[in-house]
Amino acid sequence: MAKNTTIFHGERGSILGFFATGLPLLAVIIVLLFVVVIIGNFIVTGSGHISWEFLTDSPRNMNTEGGIFPAIYGTALLVLIMTLAAVPVGTITALYLTEYAKRTSIFARVIRFAVNTLAGVPSIVFGLFGLGFFIQTVGSQIDTVRYGQKMDDLRTVLAASSSPISAGKQATINDIKIFLENNEFDWSEQIRELDVYPEGTVSAVSSNQLVEYLSEKKELKWGKPSLIWAALTLALLTLPVVIVSVEEALRTVPREIREASLALGATRWETIWRIVLPNCVPGILTGSILAVSRGAGEVAPILFTGAVYSLQELPSAASDQFMHLGYHLYILATQSPDVDATQPLQYATTLVLLGLTLALNLTAIMLRSRLRKRKLV
Amino acid sequence: MKKEEIIKIHTHNLSLFYGDKQALKDISMTMNANKVTAFIGPSGCGKSTFIRSINRMNDLIEGVRITGEVKIEDVNIYAPEVSVANLRKRVGMVFQKSNPFPKSIYENVAYGPRINGITDKAQLDDIVERSLKGAALWNESKDRLTASALSLSGGQQQRLCIARAIAVNPDILLMDEPCSALDPISTSKVEELILELKENYTIVIVTHSMQQAARVSDYTAFFYVGELIEFGSTRDIFTNPKKKQTEDYITGRFG
Repeated sequence: MAKNTTIFHGERGSILGFFATGLPLLAVIIVLLFVVVIIGNFIVTGSGHISWEFLTDSPRNMNTEGGIFPAIYGTALLVLIMTLAAVPVGTITALYLTEYAKRTSIFARVIRFAVNTLAGVPSIVFGLFGLGFFIQTVGSQIDTVRYGQKMDDLRTVLAASSSPISAGKQATINDIKIFLENNEFDWSEQIRELDVYPEGTVSAVSSNQLVEYLSEKKELKWGKPSLIWAALTLALLTLPVVIVSVEEALRTVPREIREASLALGATRWETIWRIVLPNCVPGILTGSILAVSRGAGEVAPILFTGAVYSLQELPSAASDQFMHLGYHLYILATQSPDVDATQPLQYATTLVLLGLTLALNLTAIMLRSRLRKRKLV
Repeated sequence: MKKEEIIKIHTHNLSLFYGDKQALKDISMTMNANKVTAFIGPSGCGKSTFIRSINRMNDLIEGVRITGEVKIEDVNIYAPEVSVANLRKRVGMVFQKSNPFPKSIYENVAYGPRINGITDKAQLDDIVERSLKGAALWNESKDRLTASALSLSGGQQQRLCIARAIAVNPDILLMDEPCSALDPISTSKVEELILELKENYTIVIVTHSMQQAARVSDYTAFFYVGELIEFGSTRDIFTNPKKKQTEDYITGRFG
């Protein structure tokens, strides 16, 4: 009997007692130790290099000097666009799955299976998918249509009576350039191509020859890596996280208050919009937090879809490329001519990346807890 | 009967199936305007299912099939052209467990009018005041309309749910065991309220308490395993039941 009690109660000193309480405690200590060592290491080594200049300046001298502002800016912008894309789509998907789809619906089951599969795909695969789908398929399709439109416009302009090559006439490249420069449309892109016209500026060309030549010089605007494609690729990656957490939140809304709303003559959509969704805001925020945490640190999906290692100007349009903290770190650590010289920069960059993610998380967590408090008066 | 009574709700051979299981068997009965009709019977007898088929709340459950008719003022509410949302605006419901929205007292009552498109503040204020007065909650809540509905006591919450239901100005009020979670004092308040409300509404109430049925209702229907066993004036059912099952139930021999 006495032995049994020892076994069941796991007294201090007994082997079972060690397994029951000591081992988990040890595991916790190891985990905490790693967190403290990793973060502590970056704080101690990195904080020395963080200065106002580092945070607000552009990199100089092949990334070995200067600051990381373009990377901070790019990362924040990327995560913002990603959230704006992933949260609404994820919320609507979760709404469909929990509120509209019947439990027996095959379509809903397929979606659920797809979401679960998506969650398990390695992030580099997302990067390749983004390149293949968004850039090479969607983007280049947009470019083709856009450029075709532009060529049609060019044909109209060249056929006008003021044009030197209207109605089968021929003119030199120089004359055409002058004509296009004075046109109300913006043909700067095409004029740049005319500067390198193979026959030089002397030979006379017809309208058809010119359009044919320019048609082959399709400019890439959307069919190349850019901020929007990187953000959408990242949104795909974080979509399962959003869907799952919003679904959880939707399930916690009691059936009773949905019934109360429906019994008052509200339609299903009115009930969702006025009762269910407001009660889910903390859950949607949780989903966004998780998505941001996941998305801010991922480098693989943006490797082929929009990140660059150095920039002349900050991105100002969705089709611009951008710098990214994670990618910048990778560049500093592996692609720099003098890796040792960039080491303080690496530590400081990591610290900024950690800080940025943490700050985004904290904001969302505080927002969520305030909303929760207000709800449970 | 002194005054001629008007039939408000009429069911004809109403049967309801959950999948293969038949929960209601050929129920035909009438409920009169401005009267209280009580449904009694042991748990699982189908009385809640029956009351929920009057505002089509059973539609929300997957696998429910209904045959027969429910007519409100001669309109079959299961006809395809009937708008369920509009039906439910005319047939209010109070549930067993009080279920206020996690919003303020004011917003709870204003919810129904708002989905009906009323946005004028003065008009909403008026409806909220009238509804809360109608549910005998105005005096207790007029100084704290912006407080959360969840800060009210259980009995007050249930009266708030009644106020919320009458704010959309229905003809019919369905009450599914409205007092089962309330203490005796709150229960008697709700019962008084029911007697006042029947001036303006047709009331159908499901109750587990025979005394409650006797106190508040004009007509009583006794259900047993999905069948309507006996239906008549409350006085007749309680003093002179025609069926042995009814007598056994109201005298407490089973159930």
